[in-house]
Amino acid sequence: MFSVRIGPAGFRVGSDWRRPVAELEDLYRDYPKPEDGVPDFTVRLFAARPWRRVVRPAVMIGGDFTIPDAAPLPLDLGLLAAEMGMNLQMALAQRRYLLLHASCVERGGRAVLMTGESGAGKSTLAALLMARGWRLMGDEFALVDPATGLIHGFPRLISLKNESVGVMQAALPDGRFGPPQLATPKGDIRHLVPDARSIEAMAEPAVAAHIVFPRFGLERAEREVPPAETFVRLTQASTNYVALGERGFDALTRLVRSVPATAIDYPDAATAIAQVEALA
Amino acid sequence: MRYRAADRASLRIVPLDVLTAIYHRASGQTHIVEAPVPEILAALGDDALDVGAILDRLARDYALIDPDPAALADRLEELAAAGLVIRT
Repeated sequence: MFSVRIGPAGFRVGSDWRRPVAELEDLYRDYPKPEDGVPDFTVRLFAARPWRRVVRPAVMIGGDFTIPDAAPLPLDLGLLAAEMGMNLQMALAQRRYLLLHASCVERGGRAVLMTGESGAGKSTLAALLMARGWRLMGDEFALVDPATGLIHGFPRLISLKNESVGVMQAALPDGRFGPPQLATPKGDIRHLVPDARSIEAMAEPAVAAHIVFPRFGLERAEREVPPAETFVRLTQASTNYVALGERGFDALTRLVRSVPATAIDYPDAATAIAQVEALA
Repeated sequence: MRYRAADRASLRIVPLDVLTAIYHRASGQTHIVEAPVPEILAALGDDALDVGAILDRLARDYALIDPDPAALADRLEELAAAGLVIRT
């Protein structure tokens, strides 16, 4: 059984096999344990069929919440399955914070949130900004505290896909990378451990300073996004807006009324980094 | 047909820009609305009014370009369907 605290959430991951747990223990070795030893969420990786543990190992994701018709993943992707399971528990069960599907970096107490469709580059941009000295608050979820409006981080392992792996290996030659997870449903994935400062400061919230909607593969362009459009986009980027009811409404209206938002189109990572740093 | 606004305590109305976000506590639904919806809700206040009376109040507070009772009646029916106004 493996346990870890990521930002404000404590997890426990159990597995029918040793290997995914050993990989998690290694990659998360600098992270703290759940507060008071009590995890908020439980993830279980279990054999799709009892005999599959021996014959052709395949991992099913379980836990407090499950997706009934999820396809099993081969055991080689056990680490990915564990990460997906942890994300799933956060996405479905988190009630204390408004969850935004966004990456987030912080500098000088000011947080920049980046959200967009899959392939928009939010993980890669966050990792590149981390390599330039920003604190990585998360590559997948940003947590808005309805009580204070502050952003809380969720700096799990950074999930890099396809070309981003090489980009980050070049940017962080001393970075710690997980085992290659090849031919996953999302392509080739490799996890990157956030830097020491991002892990140490994971419990420190930050004031939201800018919301960015990046789009990759287009000529450089910037467009101010008005609050109502930002509101609608962020309800779509939230996994628990409806579940939070009025608390979610208040947290999100407050955020979009107080924080400027910009859509950026970019042809390459260097351009995007310059655009984000000019905004923040 | 007369209309009144949904119980004020059941609505959270937050202007964002040209659009306004309304949270309807009874249904848990969020509505993004534009003019003249917030203006209609404000004109109704706590009263039950017919289309003519609502139009009079709107004309008093705003310079209406095209004060069309039929269009206002359509908007009121949409709001009634969303639960933001109630037919009485």
